[in-house]
Amino acid sequence: MAIDTIDLELAGSCVDDGGSAIGMPQLCDAWFANQIFWLIVALVAIFLILTRIALPRVSAVLAERSGTISNDLAAAEDLKRQATEAEAAYEKALTDARAEAQRISGEARAAIKADLDAAIAVADEKIGAKAAESEKQITEIRAGAAASVAQVARDVASEIVTALGGKADAATVNAAVDARVKGN
Amino acid sequence: MPKPPLNNRAQVRRTMGTTEVSILVFFAVVIVALIVISVLFSVEGESELAFHPMDQFMIKPLFGEYGDPVYWYTVTNLTFWMALAVLCVVLMFVLGTRGRAIVPGRSQSVAELTYGFVFKMVEDVTGKEAVKFFPYIFTLFLFILFANFVALIPTSASPTSQITVTAFLALAVFLTVTVVGFVKNGMKFLGLFWVSSAPLALRPILAIIELISYFVRPVSHSIRLAGNIMAGHAVIKVFAGFAAITAIAPVSVLAITAIFGLEVLVAFIQAYVFTILTCVYLKDALHPSH
Repeated sequence: MAIDTIDLELAGSCVDDGGSAIGMPQLCDAWFANQIFWLIVALVAIFLILTRIALPRVSAVLAERSGTISNDLAAAEDLKRQATEAEAAYEKALTDARAEAQRISGEARAAIKADLDAAIAVADEKIGAKAAESEKQITEIRAGAAASVAQVARDVASEIVTALGGKADAATVNAAVDARVKGN
Repeated sequence: MPKPPLNNRAQVRRTMGTTEVSILVFFAVVIVALIVISVLFSVEGESELAFHPMDQFMIKPLFGEYGDPVYWYTVTNLTFWMALAVLCVVLMFVLGTRGRAIVPGRSQSVAELTYGFVFKMVEDVTGKEAVKFFPYIFTLFLFILFANFVALIPTSASPTSQITVTAFLALAVFLTVTVVGFVKNGMKFLGLFWVSSAPLALRPILAIIELISYFVRPVSHSIRLAGNIMAGHAVIKVFAGFAAITAIAPVSVLAITAIFGLEVLVAFIQAYVFTILTCVYLKDALHPSH
C-alpha cells in the first residue's frame, strides 16, 4: 500500500480526482525529467541521422549536381567553339574553292586564247599563202590573157586585112598590133 | 504574433497580417455567439458542457495503466510523438534522398529544398563562418517543424507545447551563443552590451537594457513557441467542447477547421521564427560589435 501511495503521488501530483489536469500540465515538475530526457534522445537521434547520413549525402548530391552542370556548360562552350571553328573552316574552304575556280577558269581562258591565237596565226598564214598563190595565178592569167589578146589581135587583124582583100603581111601586122597593144 | 527580427519581421507580418486579423475577428464573433447560445442552453438546464482544454498536454505513460508513475525513463505519449518527428526526419532525409539522383525526384527535391532553405538562412543571417553550426541549427529546425506538424494529428501530444521542451531548446541556444561568444571574442563579447554609437552618458543605461534583453532572450524564445502551439491546440479543444451541443456542432466543426488551417501556418512559421532567431543570436556571438 505504501508503494501504491508513492506511485499515485508521482503520477497524480498534477492530476485531479477526475483524471483531468490541475492548472497547466506543462508546469507539473514531476514530468520535467521525463520530458527533457526524451527530448535529448530525440535531438541526439536527429543530429546523428543528419550528420552521419543525411547532410553528407545531400551536400554530395548538390555538389555533384553543380559539378555536372558546370561540366555540361563547359562541354556546351567547347562544342560551340568547335562549331565556330568548323564554320570558319567551311568559310575558308569556300573562299579557297572560289579562288581555285577563278584560277582554273583563268588558266583555261588563257590556254584557249593561246590555242586560238595559234590557230588564227596558222589560218592567217594559210590565207596569206593562198592569197599570194592566187595573186600569182591572177598575174599569170593576166599575162596569159595579154599574150592571148595580142595573138588574137594579130590573127584578127590579118584575117580582117585578108577579108578586106589586102595582103596580110605577117610582119607588118605583128608590128602594128604590138604597137597598139603597147600603146594601151 | 511574436516579433521575428530584422527584415523577416515585415515578411511575417505580410504573411500573417490581414489573414490573421480577419480570422481573429471571425472567431471573436463565433465565440460570442457560442457563449450566448451556451448560456441559453444552460438556462434550460440541458447543458453538459465540460471543458478540459489543458488535459491534452498531460504526460501519460504510453504502456501500462493510466496513472502509473512517470519516471525519467518512462516511455510516455510525448516520447511517442517525438519518435514520430524523428521518423519523419528519417523518411525525408534518409529514405527520401536514397536515390542520390542528379535530377531529383519529388521526395529528394523536398529534402534538398529544406536543406537549401535553412542553409541559406544560416548563411544570410549569421554569415559564412557560421556554416559549421548548420547541423545544430538544422536539427533544431527539423525537430520543431516535425513536432509541430505531427502534433496537428488529432489525439496527438505536442512536444513543442511543453514549456519544458522549448525552454530546454532555448536554453541550449542561449548557452551555446554565450559560450561561443566568449570563446571567439573573449572579453570583447561584452561590447555587445556597450553601445559605442550612443552618447557616452546614455551608454550605462543602454548597457543595463541590453543586459536585461540578453537574459530575457531564452524566455521569449521558448515561451513564443510553446505559447503559440499550446494556444492553438487549446482553442481547438475549446471549440471541440462546444460540439457537445447539437445546435452549435456545425459552427464548432467549421471553427475547428478554420483554426486547424491557421495552426498549419503557425506550425511552419514558429519553426521558422525559432530557427531564424537562433541564427540572429548566433550572429551576435560571432560579430558582437554594434
